Amino acid sequence: MPDAPGLELIRGEIERDHPGAVLATSFDRNQPALIVDAEQILAVLGWLRDTPGQDYRFMSSLHVADYLPAEPRFAVHYELLNRDRVERIRVKAMLADPAAAPSASGNGSSPDDAAANLGASGQGPRTDTPARPQDPDPTLPQIDSCVGLFPTAEFQEREAFDFFGIVFNGHPDLTRILMPDDYVGWPQRRDFPVGGEPVTFTYNEHNYG
Amino acid sequence: MAELSEDLTKELMTVNIGPHHPATHGVLRLIVDLEGEVVRDLKPVIGYVHTGIEKSCEDKSYWKVIPFVERMDYVSYFFQMEAYCGAVERLVGLEIPPRAKYLRTIFLELNRIHSHLVWLGTTALDLGAISMLWYCFRERDRILDLFEMATGQRMHTRYFQVGGVIEDIPLGFEAKLREFVKDMPVRVGQYEALLDRNEVFLSRTKGVGIVSRERLLELGVTGPLLRAAGEPWDLRKTFDYLAYPEMDFQIPVGTVGDNYDRYRVRVAEMVESTRIVEQALDLMPEGPFIADDRKYVLPPRSELSTSMESLIHHFKLVTEGFRVDPGEVYYAIESPRGELGCFVLADGSSKPSRVHFRDPSFVNLQAFKDMAMDSYIADMICSLGMLDPILGGVDR
Repeated sequence: MPDAPGLELIRGEIERDHPGAVLATSFDRNQPALIVDAEQILAVLGWLRDTPGQDYRFMSSLHVADYLPAEPRFAVHYELLNRDRVERIRVKAMLADPAAAPSASGNGSSPDDAAANLGASGQGPRTDTPARPQDPDPTLPQIDSCVGLFPTAEFQEREAFDFFGIVFNGHPDLTRILMPDDYVGWPQRRDFPVGGEPVTFTYNEHNYG
Repeated sequence: MAELSEDLTKELMTVNIGPHHPATHGVLRLIVDLEGEVVRDLKPVIGYVHTGIEKSCEDKSYWKVIPFVERMDYVSYFFQMEAYCGAVERLVGLEIPPRAKYLRTIFLELNRIHSHLVWLGTTALDLGAISMLWYCFRERDRILDLFEMATGQRMHTRYFQVGGVIEDIPLGFEAKLREFVKDMPVRVGQYEALLDRNEVFLSRTKGVGIVSRERLLELGVTGPLLRAAGEPWDLRKTFDYLAYPEMDFQIPVGTVGDNYDRYRVRVAEMVESTRIVEQALDLMPEGPFIADDRKYVLPPRSELSTSMESLIHHFKLVTEGFRVDPGEVYYAIESPRGELGCFVLADGSSKPSRVHFRDPSFVNLQAFKDMAMDSYIADMICSLGMLDPILGGVDR
């Protein structure tokens, strides 16, 4: 793993090529993370993958975390791995929920590490993502798909879309993957209630025609 | 024989295979475009055993999540426990005692053998070698007996706890395990004798389902599939976790990356795993089997009747569970199918805010199209077996 100073060096180098791309860094539990601008996610991922000396060419995992009630609410996590040096680095792209009313101030008291870091870096949390014209649903957060850089992300981005309603622009086949195609809702969001779905059994089949 | 016109032979037919089909190793549905008997396009459709385990975990205190995550990949349950417990231990900064590391290593490797035995039996069955199933399940049963002896359960044992393991191994376990470790390499040799000179098995597997190592890495494939293509990548060697740094073992790799290599790699891994178990037994230190931090670990049962403090700790841990400071950890281990990663996000309460598993079957399944493309449909079934997806893990 890059240590905390190493992480700052990486941040500095990315800043040189892509100013404003890295919003903050975090080094928590010995795990380095770059918190990046979602608009420039492909630039950062591509930089980490292709820059000589970085070579984070393997994407271990792509997943989403919902930091509700922190703002911005969602983060897409990219766990990158350099297999030669055996180093992992996490890239987090923070995404606000466009459906929520834009809040005037950042949530300074949030338990979320990332949000606290965002405040510390002076950038302030992003409160909205500009809707793109081709997007059918402007209430969903959007980010560019990294399938072109890391083909392994295809299923994992579909899973993120399925459970969190994050739209990955440019994904070849962004459909639900684990939930049924006609399912409504984003079940792994924190504000989605845990509860039963009605199931037909013999004792209650008269309720279902 | 009647002459078929060109356009008739070129006609594509879309066939649906599964989700309920004995050759799909679970409830996997495949939509296959066939030209005659040759696969021209393929799309896996998954989600038929999606049970929302990750969501359910958010509603349980940390220690109650363990039995949930075990049930994802129901063949390699110890690995899910280790990934989850390891992630939580890294979140709270809990060091597990050396004996627990060795005990965990032993059970993980036994589970690896168990998982590979289930794979070998069912996949050989797909290829017509029915007797392999009985032989493999005979040895698998001995492993389950060992699990039952140490943990009380044959599957889904809930043996690993945050901080160590729940109980030390019982008297007589070591002797029984040593007997198994002595027998297992002989049994593996017998499997090889059955399959390696089996003309049907060889011609069905050799040169079939080749995917280049570069493509596998692009697709994020790990585990025996990647090693069969010649890439010696094993998290047990590269990352420092449990007792693996002290163990002497080899990483079997293949050369061509066809289905035969995948078979060879897994069979060789079983022998390596027995070596690890044997060494772990030899080197296992005495001492506590679970950490002594009462804020996270249940006090010993015997103290409850004498110590008020222990009783309070016990009550707090069982009712509320322990709280974890905000933070997030991604912890990955080498499961029988590849990199099994567990991401745990803590929000300061006694329940995880998110538990996500990077399941190797789920990611590896993306390589299936490359493996089966332009091969016969019968070879597609063989490739699917060699891919070894566990649909419980794919769908979670």
